[in-house]
Amino acid sequence: MRLGDLVLKLRSKNAGPFWVTIDIFCDTPEIFRQVRYNLPTRTVAELYQVPEQLLKRFDIEDLRVVKFSIPRPVVQGSAADRDMHGAQYAALLEEYEFD
Amino acid sequence: MPTRVLVPSGVLGLGFDRKALTRGVAMKPDIICIDGGSTDSGPFSLGAGQSKYSRAATKSEWRILMQARAEAGVPLVIGTAGTCGTDSTVDWMHDITTELAEELGQSLKIARLYSGQPAGRIARALEAGDVTPLTPAPEIRLDDLTNIVALAGAEQIQAALATGADIVIAGRTTDTATIAALPLSRGDAAGGAWHGAKIAECGALCSTNPTSGVIMVDFDTDGFTVEPMAENAACTPHSVSAHMLYENSDPFQLYEPGGYLNVTSARYTALDHRRVRVEGSEWVPGPYTVKLEGARIAGYQTTILAILRDAHYVKNAQAWVERLTTYLTGEIESRMGLTQGDYGLEFRLIGVNGALGQLENRAGDPVEIGVLGIITATSQPIAAEIGKLINPFVLHYPLTDSEELPTFAFPYSPATTDRGPLYEFALNHVMRLKDPMEAFRIELSQIGAEVPA
Repeated sequence: MRLGDLVLKLRSKNAGPFWVTIDIFCDTPEIFRQVRYNLPTRTVAELYQVPEQLLKRFDIEDLRVVKFSIPRPVVQGSAADRDMHGAQYAALLEEYEFD
Repeated sequence: MPTRVLVPSGVLGLGFDRKALTRGVAMKPDIICIDGGSTDSGPFSLGAGQSKYSRAATKSEWRILMQARAEAGVPLVIGTAGTCGTDSTVDWMHDITTELAEELGQSLKIARLYSGQPAGRIARALEAGDVTPLTPAPEIRLDDLTNIVALAGAEQIQAALATGADIVIAGRTTDTATIAALPLSRGDAAGGAWHGAKIAECGALCSTNPTSGVIMVDFDTDGFTVEPMAENAACTPHSVSAHMLYENSDPFQLYEPGGYLNVTSARYTALDHRRVRVEGSEWVPGPYTVKLEGARIAGYQTTILAILRDAHYVKNAQAWVERLTTYLTGEIESRMGLTQGDYGLEFRLIGVNGALGQLENRAGDPVEIGVLGIITATSQPIAAEIGKLINPFVLHYPLTDSEELPTFAFPYSPATTDRGPLYEFALNHVMRLKDPMEAFRIELSQIGAEVPA
């Protein structure tokens, strides 16, 4: 099943010009636990091609949110940037096959 | 002393629910605060010193806020005026305010808080060891920055308010500073002041009806209470606490001039079906540093857009652009004497990996593919010349030598578009200050007639 089909909402956005942040909103405590324990940080680092130690991860039980922040692969607005607001990065996790 | 702050919207220029604003004014706020911008749309605004938002939209909304201010009889503050908060956009906002004061027959004392930084000041601070890079920071190079701004905090807004101004037009500030300033100066809880300011800085985004815009925050010595002003909006502990995630790389800590906010122990309680009470947020004082932002011109661009619809070319689009790029590189060198280090030429396959580039891991079966060619050169004439040189080949280049010349779809004439300068963010640093006003200045003006300053 795609991760995006399991959870309530997945979004990404710039957190300043140098970082992108990705929020995974889970509907229920069960789904939150499922995502929390079955989505390895390494997998996310590989999807976004960043060294694992540069990735920040927050498992926020109260909100049933798993959040990742990564240094932007290309600085916002630079010649190589393709996504000025960083809003489409979430698609990679949305389409990630999750079991 | 409890402090009531009315926030009309997350940004000036995006609209808000006018009935909700009227309701807010009737609740007698102590101040009206709105943010004017951010870096979210990229470096252009800062680099060029221009507002991203239209003057017409800005003026029509500012008119309503100036009327609300007059009715409430309290100060009106805008932070990061004109999207980027450069001195030029502060002046732009001041012009709009002057025009409106005349149209509305208002007499006003206006304080302009300027955040622009001369490169020499940053260079001296760098030399003195007072500039620190954040992660990840570009290498610092100050010689060709078009604009540098420092993000003002609560202290500079407090100084502007202390002049007795009716309206404060502030240059670059942190998103929260305008809202936190008055509660902090009146002795409300520092943790609550910064946390409430962060929750309210995007307006009704912390509620169930984000587009309604208007939010009221009541600050006191224990925390804050937040309430949306639109009838069809509600704040819930979830909608309020979830806002700490938004555009934040760390949802628990928020760095501001003079310290940081820690919300790890914050408690969110529903007071009723639309108001949320927050207590337990902590302010941790630290060195007085301000964040710096700067932009420089990184080249000039010309673009070209072709659309492949022929199935043979759609299927082989990547091979085609690679072959085309090799050919064009040779042509540009032989005809213009430019080698690859002198310019950039990139073709992006829109419909294949246009948004994600090399991160894309999904292959589709597109019917057509947009080929966006982006040329970056050291001047606009050179970029334009390269664009004209490559145009006939983007139109007709064959996939193999043995086939007939193809012709692709072009959506406009001329095929090339000159984009002007490409700006890049050049600073992700903080600068330590001995005194908060050391890097900022305030100018006062009295507009409208016959009222003494």
